[in-house]
Amino acid sequence: MDFFIQLLVGGLSVGFLYGLSAMGFVMIFKSSSVLNFAHGELIAIGAYFFLAFVTWAKIPILLSFLLALAGCFLLGILIERIFLRPLIGEPLIFVVMLTVGLAAMFKGLILFIWGGNLFTYPDFLPKALGIDWKIIRIPPVYGATLIIGTLFLILFGLFFKFSSQGIYMRSVADNQRAALSLGVHVKRVFALSWAIAALVAGMSGMVLGIINGVNVHDLSGIGLKVFPVVILGGLDSIGGAIIGGIIIGLLETFTGGYISPSLRDVVPYIVLVLILLLKPYGLFGLKEIERV
Amino acid sequence: MDRILLQLNNISVVYSDVIQVLKGVSLSVEKNRIVSLLGSNGAGKTTTLKAVSGLLKPENGKVTDGTILYQGSEIQNQSPETITRHGIIQVLEGRQPFKYLTIEENLRVGTATRWGKPYRQDLERVYHYFPALWERRRGLAGYCSGGELQMLVMGRALMAHPELLLLDEPSLGLAPLVVKEIFRIIRQINEEEGTTIVLVEQNARMALQIAHYGYVMENGKIVMEGSADDLCENPDIREFYLGMSAAGNLKSYTEVKSYRRRKRWL
Repeated sequence: MDFFIQLLVGGLSVGFLYGLSAMGFVMIFKSSSVLNFAHGELIAIGAYFFLAFVTWAKIPILLSFLLALAGCFLLGILIERIFLRPLIGEPLIFVVMLTVGLAAMFKGLILFIWGGNLFTYPDFLPKALGIDWKIIRIPPVYGATLIIGTLFLILFGLFFKFSSQGIYMRSVADNQRAALSLGVHVKRVFALSWAIAALVAGMSGMVLGIINGVNVHDLSGIGLKVFPVVILGGLDSIGGAIIGGIIIGLLETFTGGYISPSLRDVVPYIVLVLILLLKPYGLFGLKEIERV
Repeated sequence: MDRILLQLNNISVVYSDVIQVLKGVSLSVEKNRIVSLLGSNGAGKTTTLKAVSGLLKPENGKVTDGTILYQGSEIQNQSPETITRHGIIQVLEGRQPFKYLTIEENLRVGTATRWGKPYRQDLERVYHYFPALWERRRGLAGYCSGGELQMLVMGRALMAHPELLLLDEPSLGLAPLVVKEIFRIIRQINEEEGTTIVLVEQNARMALQIAHYGYVMENGKIVMEGSADDLCENPDIREFYLGMSAAGNLKSYTEVKSYRRRKRWL
């Protein structure tokens, strides 16, 4: 029972992280129909920003965290401005190929600056974030993940539901032509969705870095795991991304714990294939409202 | 000269660099008026509207010749973001709601050009014109009827405080009673808000009833213009667009069909 609960908590928090980072992926897909193959690199960049601020610049942890988030946000805007805006109006496949190029570029850049070694952050999380109650033992980092993740979810939920900018973003995802006719700044919406995507990706990168250590190959590999997550949840459902993430996270840890650690990384892709066969739109994918 | 809000001088529009759709269209729209643009399918009415609103650009179209003057300054080939901020809003053909947003959220998208300004009062103004929307304000737009959607997209445009409203076929596919209601509201908006309206319509009879002035387009050119009353009296208009014989009786479709060959101005 002890072991089960450990796995459950671990799976939930890792899954939550997958879900959060997948949320960024879904956001880009929803607003501009672009599959972002550089997502894993965005995750890695977040972790390295944090690393740079904490260990090189020796800035206090909380400030570093916020600075790294701001850096990711800015990076998202820059990516849209520099690389994607010139491609507006070109076939979508160009843009998708461009993200593949971006992935290689970012990975190369990180390897150039930091090399491929494993780095770790200094231990900073207060013990109070963890729970140690009879058989339930939750390490502080998982506690922090759940708190930060929930906070982000609530914030984004409120943003998309109530703020004007959030409603404009949803309108562009819904009907770009109509949004354009009403004067919605479609390019600004694209930039904003890249910025938010980079921000949540970076955030999950930082937390994954705290859990597993910071390594380019591991972190950018997570980007690939976004695919089973979003396909399970439905490519265009933000809530689906979170639930898909949690399911994949749980499956991974339980397979790793009970069956074999070497199967751990295979399971998501088995699920991916099964889902594509059985429910190609995913669990929460949008069913078109058709009017005749 | 002051009274003229919008003026098109001899504009040509080309799609994808090869397909010429407008061949020298000139028209002018006075302030606080309803101007109706009539013509058969493919005459270039929608393209004319899009040339004004800047929505040609995403469809690979361009104004290659001529000028579009809005309040005296040239606006041809500007981006839709800029043009909408001048106060020109186009209501697209075929309604185009945001299906997965609620009615109220749809209306709020209309505030995009005035981002950050309060919009409560505007919402109430829209509900005043379209009480039907108030009852359904929390429902998804995707589940509304055609009439409600037409009201929704017009209300959405009103949220932007347009000075010039371009309406593309508001009567498309609606029941006659609903069409009547929609046209009544268009007139009401024009009278109460002072909004200048350019109305593209297939339903020439209804359009001329509420319009002050009208243009007839054919093959990318303006072939006729006049005040709405004059146009209603014009024998050609009566024959080709109102479907009446010179004597004033309604003609059957089979007769109307062959008119095209006899149009004097082609």
